[in-house]
Formats: sequence, C-alpha cells, structure tokens
Amino acid sequence: MNDLISTVDWSRAQFALTAMYHWLFVPLTIGLSLVVAVMESIYVRTGEERWKGITKFWMTLFGINFAIGVATGIILEFEFGTNWSNYSWFVGDIFGAPLAIEGLFAFFMEATFVAVMFFGWNKVSKRFHLTATWLTALGVTLSALWILVANAWMQNPVGMSFDPAQMRNVMTDFWAVTFNEVSMNKFFHAVFSGWALAGVFVIGISSWLLWRKRNVQAAISSMKVGAWVAAIGMILTFWTGDGSAVAVAKVQPMKLAAMEGLYDGHSGEKLVGLGVLNSAKKPGDNEPEMLFEISVPHGLSILARHDMNAFVPGINDIIAGVDVNEQGDTINTVSYAERIEAGKRAHDQLREYDKARAAGDDSAMQAAADSLAKDFKFFGYGYFSSPEDAVPPVALTFYSFRVMVFGGSLLLLIILIMVWASYKKVSFLERPWLHWAGMLSIPLVWIVSQAGWIVAEVGRQPWVIQDLMPTTAAISDIPASSVKLTFWIFAVLFTALLAAEVSIMVKYINHASKGNIEK
Amino acid sequence: MWFMNFLKRGFIWNSRKNDDMNKIKSVYDFYLKGFRSMTVGRKLWILIIIKLFIIFFVLKLFFFPDILKSEYGDDSTRAQAVRSALTK
Repeated sequence: MNDLISTVDWSRAQFALTAMYHWLFVPLTIGLSLVVAVMESIYVRTGEERWKGITKFWMTLFGINFAIGVATGIILEFEFGTNWSNYSWFVGDIFGAPLAIEGLFAFFMEATFVAVMFFGWNKVSKRFHLTATWLTALGVTLSALWILVANAWMQNPVGMSFDPAQMRNVMTDFWAVTFNEVSMNKFFHAVFSGWALAGVFVIGISSWLLWRKRNVQAAISSMKVGAWVAAIGMILTFWTGDGSAVAVAKVQPMKLAAMEGLYDGHSGEKLVGLGVLNSAKKPGDNEPEMLFEISVPHGLSILARHDMNAFVPGINDIIAGVDVNEQGDTINTVSYAERIEAGKRAHDQLREYDKARAAGDDSAMQAAADSLAKDFKFFGYGYFSSPEDAVPPVALTFYSFRVMVFGGSLLLLIILIMVWASYKKVSFLERPWLHWAGMLSIPLVWIVSQAGWIVAEVGRQPWVIQDLMPTTAAISDIPASSVKLTFWIFAVLFTALLAAEVSIMVKYINHASKGNIEK
Repeated sequence: MWFMNFLKRGFIWNSRKNDDMNKIKSVYDFYLKGFRSMTVGRKLWILIIIKLFIIFFVLKLFFFPDILKSEYGDDSTRAQAVRSALTK
C-alpha cells in the first residue's frame, strides 16, 4: 500500500513537473505568434522598414522559444503509457482523438508556415509571408485547442459510454466532447492568458531596452504592440475566467469549494479576497474555516452563479448532497456516501461481468453490463473508503487561486500604465521604477500562469477523470523507484533546456540590442 | 491510335512530372537556403536534435515502455489486465 501511494505521489509529481515545464514554453509560443503577426501586419500596412526589423527581432525570440519548447509535450504522452497505463487504456479511445488531431495540426500547419516565416523573407511576397505568419499563429492556437479539449474532457467526461468488454470508454459524440461545458472556456482562458503572458514578455524586454537606453524607438514601438496585446489578453483572461468559474461551480463544485476554502455554504456567499486558512479545519468539524480574512460580500454567489443571493455549497454540503435551488428551496443531490455505495456496486458488477465472461455466459454478462451502466457515473467513488477521500488539497488550491487573481490584477495595472504611457505620455517611460516594474512583471506573469494550472489540476484531485477514475486507480503497477529515477532525469533535462533557452535569449537580446534592431 | 494516345499520355505525365519535380526542387532549395542562412537557428537545431535524441532514443527506449503493449500480446488480454487492476 505504501509503495502504491509512493508510486502515485511520484508519478503525480513527475507529471506535474513535466506539464509545468511544458507550460513555461507553450503560452509564450501562443502569444508571441500573435505579437509577431500584429507587428508584421503593421510593417505590410505602413511599408516602414523599421517595423520589419522589429518584427524579425521578436520573431527570432519566438523561434528560440518554439525550438526549445517543441516536443516537450511528447514526454507527457510517454508518461501516459508507462506511469498511467490503466488511465490510458480506460480513456484512450477518447483522449487519443484530440491528441492525434493536435499532432496533425502541429506538424502540417506549424511546420510548414513556421518555415515560410523564417526562411521566406525576400523570397515570397510580403502578403504571402504575412499570411504564413498569421497561419502560424492560427496553427499554434488550434494545436492548443485539441490539448485543452482533452484536458477539459477529463474535468467533465461527456459524449462517451463505457464498454466493459473492451474495458474502455468509447466516444459516442465527438461534438459533445469538443464543445463540452468546460472546454471552450478553458481553451479561450488558456489562449488569452498566453496573449497576456507574451504581451508582458514584450513589455519586460522593452523595459530592459529602455532602462539600458538601447534602441529606444524600437522599444517604445514594441511596447505599444506588447502592451495592447497584453491588455486585451488579460482583460479577456479575466472574462473567460469568470466563465470558467461558472462552469466549475456547475460540474466541479468541490473544486470551487476548495478554491474558496468553503466548508459550509450559504446564500449570498462572500468571496474571500485575502485570507489565511485554518490548517486544522477538517470536513465535518466545528473549527473555523479562516484564521483571518478580508471578504467581498455576496462575491462568491455572483462569481459562481451570477446571482448575488444564490447558494454556493461548501465541502460539507457537497459531501452531504445538499444544495439550494434558485427558488431558495433545499434540494438533495447524491451524497458522497451514496456515491461510494454506487461506485462499489459498479465494481461488483464489473467483477460479475468478468466471471460471466470467463464462464461464457452471455446472458449473465449482459445483465451485469446493464447493472453496471446504472451506477457507472459514480464508478470512481468505489475506490474511496470515506467521503473525505474525495476532497482535494484545499490549501494549495486556495492560495494558488489568490496568487493567480491578485498577480493577474497587479499585472493588469502595470499593463494599463504601459498602454497609457506608450501612447499618451512617452516621457513617463523614462522612469526607472517603471522599467523595473516592466522587467519584474516577466517572472510574475509566469508565476500567475502556473498558479492558474495548479488551481485547475490540484483543485480537481483526487480525480484524474472526474467521478470515474481517481488518480490512485489510474496508475501502473510499477515500482516507485523507477518513477523517482525518471523524475530526477526530467528535472535535470528540463532545467538544462530552460537554462539553454534563457541563455540563448539573453545573449541574442543583448547582442541584437547593441546594434540597430530596426534594420 | 492507341500508340499515339499512349505517347500523348506519357508526354502529359512526363510534363506533369517535370512540373512536380521543379516544384519539389524549389521547395527543397527554399529549405536548403533557409537552413544555410541561419545564425541563431544553427545553435537551436543542434539543441533540437540533442533533445529529440534524448527524448526518443534514451527516454522512450530505456525508461518509458508502454506497459500494456510490452506486457500483453493483444487488446483482449490488455483489457483483462486493466479490468483486474481496476477491480482488485
């Protein structure tokens, strides 16, 4: 048992490490592809050669990030086969389709048009080149779509049915999988956050150029584009974040409760702005939820249900299966104790199916399959011994959510100052504190971006597939020591790649900025 | 008559083939010149090749076997293995 937990924890840590490193590169690729396309559009529209130089400068940084980041996501797919073989088999039919489409998009669109972007200057017409640049941005974005559809399906598994003979979930409705309640918000939220991140990256590098008084005109021009892309990206990220909160409230209420550290829900529930969780608090006890808090009255009801007086269930309510409808009447959903019973019944039926299959008894197989289908939606709960097993790590989810929201708000303030200064008061851009604000916003935006994924992925624990498969069931029967070994191999490999990226980028920026970027 | 048609088809095919070959050659030249004119890109390509080698020839081959594919011969036994694992 201890070895199983150890294998689960190391596999989880390894997957988190790989995904987080991968996500260092991806949002910058998504956002910089747009920044570069906008800059090149200005070049083609105005005909000013200086914009060509500026475009090429940022395109090179895009290329460095693209090259270092490419294929880092493949490792996640290796991990599915090795560490998460039960999971891979259980959902491979569904999960494989979006990943395969992503692979095709990535290969054909990005590979073709990225080549034209980099090799096509002066070899193809300006407009053809511009088209290739925009198509690269589109290709990168569409690649992200399919990955995020796959992720969203795990948070809200729809459009499939379980086939006990194949022991697989089989896709029955491609469009339900693609356009499920979580996917579109998740897709746009991730893409817009990529725009914001890349815009902030441009602001940060431009601030450095201004601080060092190198290529000042190019820095101001870049700042204008970067700040706009960041502003639009950040505002849309907040907007889609609101949509995500509504979707989470509906399909993953436990995650929302963990995000808020909310154990006992109320109508007109407050939103904790700043707070310190009571680490001694456990589901069902009488300890206070918070040691300290600054709250917005009715905030969570507005955020989750767009109604200032709506009831938002807490962890205890969800476990007890209690909610309140729009009319204010208490309604009973399915309690976690009942879900656990249903899950265990589903496991029994699957065992019966297996026995009938071994005996060649078709009618018993059919009967077991029919019974299994009735309880299958709670299949994953059958692995728990108590309802508390289905509660995610509250503290990490709660604090990550605040890092995301407050960090994002601080960044939005910096971005708006940069938009205003670069368009209305350029002399303001000479202030060293503003340069430092711009430069420091680079690490901050990555912290915020990672925090967002921690909220999404830690908040859905213990599920790898919501309600159907907990992480402990998804794991392969392999020793923890082998996962530990590959964890450290990855840590070294990815750190080396990251160091290489930063080093090449810094050298390039330093070298290019000593000359004239605009030529 | 059939012989003339044969020649005609052959000519058309050859002329299409030549056009195609020219197109392929121009695409090839486009990439070749592009790679030759790279500056920062050369360093990046070396990194990409090293990275892909590590990913596909070291990690995949030695550290990341597909457990179900390597341990079970067909889909039916793989399904049985997962069924046993998920109901034990």
